[in-house]
Amino acid sequence: MNKTVNQKAWFFVLPVLLLVAFNAFIPLMTVVNYSVQETFGDNTFFWAGVIWFQDVLHSERFHAALGRQLTFTFTILAIEIPLGVAIALCMPRRGIWVPVCLVTMALPLLIPWNVVGAIWNIFALPDIGLLGRTLNGLGFDYNFTRQPGDAWFTLIAMDVWHWTSLVVLLAYAGLVSIPDAFYQAARIDGASSWAIFRYIQLPKMKRVLTIAVLLRFMDSFNIYTEPSVLTGGGPGNSTTLLSIDLVKVALGQFDLGPAAAMSLIYFLIILAMSWLFYTLMMRNEDQ
Amino acid sequence: MAKITLSDLRHSYAARPIRDDDWALKHLDVEWRDGGAYALLGPSGCGKTTLLNIISGLLRPSHGRVLFDDRDVTDLPPDQRHIAQVFQFPVIYDTMTVGQNLAFPLRNRGVDEATVKARVAEIGEMLELSGMLDKRAKNLTADGKQKISLGRGLVREDVNVIMFDEPLTVIDPHLKWQLRSKLKELHQRVRRTMIYVTHDQTEALTFADQVVVMNMGEVVQIGTPVDLFERPQHTFVGHFIGSPGMNVVPCGIAGGQATVAGHTIPVANPVAAGDVRGRIEMGVRPEFIAFDPGGLPVDIVKVSDAGRFRIVDTRLGDHSVKVLVDEGTEIPADGARIVLRTDNTRLYADGWMIGAGRDAGRGDAGQGDVA
Repeated sequence: MNKTVNQKAWFFVLPVLLLVAFNAFIPLMTVVNYSVQETFGDNTFFWAGVIWFQDVLHSERFHAALGRQLTFTFTILAIEIPLGVAIALCMPRRGIWVPVCLVTMALPLLIPWNVVGAIWNIFALPDIGLLGRTLNGLGFDYNFTRQPGDAWFTLIAMDVWHWTSLVVLLAYAGLVSIPDAFYQAARIDGASSWAIFRYIQLPKMKRVLTIAVLLRFMDSFNIYTEPSVLTGGGPGNSTTLLSIDLVKVALGQFDLGPAAAMSLIYFLIILAMSWLFYTLMMRNEDQ
Repeated sequence: MAKITLSDLRHSYAARPIRDDDWALKHLDVEWRDGGAYALLGPSGCGKTTLLNIISGLLRPSHGRVLFDDRDVTDLPPDQRHIAQVFQFPVIYDTMTVGQNLAFPLRNRGVDEATVKARVAEIGEMLELSGMLDKRAKNLTADGKQKISLGRGLVREDVNVIMFDEPLTVIDPHLKWQLRSKLKELHQRVRRTMIYVTHDQTEALTFADQVVVMNMGEVVQIGTPVDLFERPQHTFVGHFIGSPGMNVVPCGIAGGQATVAGHTIPVANPVAAGDVRGRIEMGVRPEFIAFDPGGLPVDIVKVSDAGRFRIVDTRLGDHSVKVLVDEGTEIPADGARIVLRTDNTRLYADGWMIGAGRDAGRGDAGQGDVA
């Protein structure tokens, strides 16, 4: 049988190719383009080489923002993952309370991000907000617009409130997929609750937890809207996370070159760390 | 090691059982001797697994008691009953090695490390897992995993009974046979009481000394494989065991014997017509019917080849009767006549064999033999 040779099949991949090009590749290349040029306005550009990259990498301002970003991300991961697993373990596995719990859990995820920021901003206002008033009434000196510690506390509380549900839902999905026979066998083997968690539930949740950690890592590393509405990066620069700093450089100061270089470094950090997380968590899968 | 007594056992999953159908287990009074190999055989939904979970303590019966030897264990949780169970789908602890899996029940009970090591080595040897004790358990094949599940039961010295809930479901056909012989061999070696739940008659009949046949939440017969074959106490047993199943033909009674389509057929359990009520049937297995010029005239409907023997579909009056003959046997073309072996032809009333007494089939397993 003779094979007909033609290349028309390539047209089938064309739509996807165009989509990816306009959606990701061309915008990214624009940023790459800015990152190696200098402009003084008038839409004229000069070749600048890697100078913006050097600047950003040596800038104390960038280091500080990166430090704050890492602190924020690892703090919320350290709270949300264990808390999410704990809540998922407490949820009923069958019965009429299942849908009630699931819907309640999903509610925070349905609220638009800037609304979450606004809710918490008002909620935490020291003079009229429920949280702020209560804390001050209890004798705490709480003011998130003036004191960096309070701003951080509010920021983290907001993120935990907003996103723990995601971890809960993923962990719960992992838990309900465990057949009853595993629990029955464990009971017969005389396993303690801890042993059941350690040797049955945790291994079975591993895949979904990997996804949860990755999603929460990427999302929290990219977070912009909520802290921007809540604190706007303040007081001072105390809650200026990477994305907030980037917007300040790009749109506030309109330093296109440094902002582009910073975006690329930002992007590479997320990429590298996601890869690291994934590799570490999946390390033992195929042994 | 223990004798197991189920006394006046009933169970329903409904909170307030009203109708007869609400009961998953209708009524059970059974005694199983120590060290026996039992099979619970029945179609899906007949209550086998319910019964198994009641014995293991995963379920508490709505009514009745469970005794191990003479100790009432009805209210004890599974880990205090000293039992082991192998489930339909292999249960292994993914993150552990084969050896750690086997050691798990011992370590949970605080057994000292030296004993754990010795027991794991011994059981590993017994199950032919010695070479892979340090391998990750999750990478084994399904039959290897089932061996681990079984091993976790065998590793404890104090196990009263090991239960199997359709353990060969996910095993490849060519390995099923191997694992089944292995189980049988292990039973002879360790002499623990074993209860094997299955809906596969071959598995039940090859594994067990005593087979408990269940249907619709009740035990219809307990007996040796030969009993079930030669002396089915209930037409259900006749149907369910054997391939093809027993011929069950509606009949009348005259002079103590069965009458079908105007012919009188002598039976092993003759009874006076006035002594029985209900639906009367005559049961005889295809194996116990032969072509004979001196017998009852039948019409041959169909002949099917089934390897070493042939199944002949015949009609006796309005009733279908299957006859099993050896491969080489000549089947008469016209005027075929059959003879039913009297010893193996019985009368049944409402499904139950006449003259056996319903209790005989449900009592002590050791006395299941009711000729």
